[in-house]
Amino acid sequence: MTEPLLKITGLTKAYGALLACDGVDLDIRRGEVHAVIGPNGAGKTTLIGQVAGELRPDSGQVGFAGRDITRLPVPARSILGLARSFQITSVFPRFSALDNVALAVQAHAGSGFGFWADARRETALREPALACLERVGLAGRARVPARTLAHGEQRQLELAMALATGPRLVLLDEPTAGMGREDSARMVDLLAGLKGEIAMLLVEHDMDAVFALADRISVMVGGRVIATGAPDEVRANAQVRRAYLGEDEAAPC
Amino acid sequence: MTPRQAILFGGLAFALALPVLAGALGLDYAVGIATRILILALAGIGLNLILGYGGMVSFGHAAFFGLGAYVVAILSHHETMSEPLMTWPFEIGGTDAAILAWPAAMLACALAALVMGAISLRTGGLYFIMITLAFAQMLFFFFVSLEAYGGDDGLSLFARSSAGPLDLHDPAQFYFLVLVFVLLALLATARLANARFGLALQGIRDNERRMRALGFATTRTKLAAFVISGAIVGLAGALMANHTEFVNPSFLSWQRSGEILVIVVLGGMGTALGPLIGAAVFFVLEEVLSQWTQHWMIIFGPILVLAVLFAKQGLWGFIESKLDRHD
Amino acid sequence: MLLLEQVLNGLQLGVMLFLLAAGLTLVLGIMNLVNLAHGSLYMVGAFIAASAAQWTDSFLLGLLIALPATALVGIAVEIIALRQLYDRDHLDQVLATFGLILFFNEAVAMIWGPRALFIDPPSWLSGAVEILPGAPYPAFRLAILAVGLAVAGFLYWLVARTRLGMLIRAGASNREMVGALGVDIKRLYTLVFGLGAMLAALAGVMAGPIYAVEAGMGEQILIPAFVVVVIGGIGSIRGALVGAILVGTADTLGRAFLPGIFGAIMGPAAASGVGAALASMAIYILMAAVLVWRPRGLFPAHG
Repeated sequence: MTEPLLKITGLTKAYGALLACDGVDLDIRRGEVHAVIGPNGAGKTTLIGQVAGELRPDSGQVGFAGRDITRLPVPARSILGLARSFQITSVFPRFSALDNVALAVQAHAGSGFGFWADARRETALREPALACLERVGLAGRARVPARTLAHGEQRQLELAMALATGPRLVLLDEPTAGMGREDSARMVDLLAGLKGEIAMLLVEHDMDAVFALADRISVMVGGRVIATGAPDEVRANAQVRRAYLGEDEAAPC
Repeated sequence: MTPRQAILFGGLAFALALPVLAGALGLDYAVGIATRILILALAGIGLNLILGYGGMVSFGHAAFFGLGAYVVAILSHHETMSEPLMTWPFEIGGTDAAILAWPAAMLACALAALVMGAISLRTGGLYFIMITLAFAQMLFFFFVSLEAYGGDDGLSLFARSSAGPLDLHDPAQFYFLVLVFVLLALLATARLANARFGLALQGIRDNERRMRALGFATTRTKLAAFVISGAIVGLAGALMANHTEFVNPSFLSWQRSGEILVIVVLGGMGTALGPLIGAAVFFVLEEVLSQWTQHWMIIFGPILVLAVLFAKQGLWGFIESKLDRHD
Repeated sequence: MLLLEQVLNGLQLGVMLFLLAAGLTLVLGIMNLVNLAHGSLYMVGAFIAASAAQWTDSFLLGLLIALPATALVGIAVEIIALRQLYDRDHLDQVLATFGLILFFNEAVAMIWGPRALFIDPPSWLSGAVEILPGAPYPAFRLAILAVGLAVAGFLYWLVARTRLGMLIRAGASNREMVGALGVDIKRLYTLVFGLGAMLAALAGVMAGPIYAVEAGMGEQILIPAFVVVVIGGIGSIRGALVGAILVGTADTLGRAFLPGIFGAIMGPAAASGVGAALASMAIYILMAAVLVWRPRGLFPAHG
């Protein structure tokens, strides 16, 4: 077995007395969709924050593509091929959809210090951006200001921006949050289309989406990973049923 | 011709004809006033780069205005006194040549902005406002206690800078030179707004966290913008020193920082022409109100409050929104 | 002896700064409002006290009139102008309160004229006290110190032990929750603002016998008070106290001793200039140093 793409070892982060992440170990293989599930407050968002580089772990390591990136700042991680989407939609509202994606392309294409030439006429930025929009089915909305897009479209745009950075791994923080059934299904289809090509770390509450997409699932409770395995194994795991899925049945979210 | 182009060409024609018009109408002092407005506008253009496009609220940009002015005045002082500025490790004399003194002013401001930005950009929001203010205060007190260059009383220029074939003592010639700088700065801002650097800057203004996640080393971009902004405001200061032929620490006062902020916001943040409109309106308001009462601030203060509360897009922003509906 | 005197002067300046910074930091921490016009309340308090003390021929009566009067001015400003600004960004707040400063400075100049006023300290505090044998120190300055420390103690009690303090602390960290508790946020804000105005006025009145009472006096102390808030950490009363003492002593000791020290090292002529320059920049250098070390101040209130 080759080395995993993302290797998290002993990751620990405390807020005062609260251990949000307590010695988390997690591997993501190349091209794998790995879902992390767990009740609210289990530490999933803290985990994503540390992998993305916005939070500094108290101890433990994050390795990516054979490199220790524990102390690497956020932008450098993106350059290495680690992209993320945000839980709260965060597109650039005044820019058009195409501008949004072109900005993502620009971050990975040459110097950001162009002071004179019109970046909106650079085919080297616009063409790949348009291709990414096409991929998420937004090509027809390229010229529309991002703030006027529907919520579901904005989430698709987010995904297009993540894709435009040419990632090897995408961190997806609740990609279907706040979506209706239809939008949600479209997003799951989109993500399914990327399977195998790009590895994904998926944090999601929608169990249908999780079981439709994930190659493996890790269950987090109270800052610890209590189980990792294929969807069927996890579904069958007694500890998981007790700690999480049972609760899920009682109070579906 | 669209209404927007009509406004631009009309404004430009008016600016070009102004010295002749003023002469014909016997309003010679108008050239001086227009020069002053243009210089303040240039300072506003400099601040607008980081405030309007970058979302960085600097409350200390008077520091660059004053520093630029002082560099010109000090170099000229040494030239007049024929004392070298420094003798070690090599001798540097004073100068009153614009071609040397003004770039020196910009360079000094760029360096100051580099230091100030490197420290203040580590923080954000309110801390940033306060640190920029504090840095400006620091420089203010530095020049207050700099007895060799007049301290509190300031420093008079023996003469305006010499600029090759131009005679800067001629109001019209000085006016046109300042106009050229302002036009260049406007053009550069307009280009920048759509260039890679400008787009990145606007992205940072709207959502810095997202920009970092996309792979932008945002601090570097912000610092570069801060340095450029400081250098432009420094040039404005250098021009103002020439205009008034006098500098004192009030060039760096925090009220001056507030004025430059007001100019940018009144005119319309993040629009290329905003600072020019803002400077003109600010100056005209000051003139009109102070004709009426010496206590004009008592009216201007509430006007400012109302403008902030109800006219956030600024004047040019307002005009543009009307034009966009038209186009 | 000189050192002791200067340390006391520094503490006394620190206490004055604390009175302003406490109000600033509360308003910032709870309402998230940058109020540049806080210095104007200090100035208004000083002017009202100067007039009232003249009419009544009593410093104490002047003080007793100035405190509630300034609190009322503050509350009026809050209701008329600042209330509209709570949901705005910091830039709007800075600009609007900058406008308020212009207004207040001009209003004061119109009402009281352009000349500076002085307030006489009460006669029983006008002498000097021998703090150590052979070291007299003005009684009034000692009184300032005592009052300031008493206020610090009172604020600590208020914030740590009372229901109002509980709401203030809760408001600083979680606005929605306080609203959810059924507390009238608007009234809480107005109350806190009035309290801040009163503290500013107290500082202004006590400044009267020491500094000149004149238009623009507010900004001379406002900016150092902001330095205090930034050093201490926004929203933290404890930070304001520590920051104020640091800034007060650094400024006073710097001005007293730096020119001499540099004179001794570098020769008097050039060096006293450097020393004086450094002394007047000392608090800003202190702030920069603190922020390089801790970008959110010494006692950050928000996580």
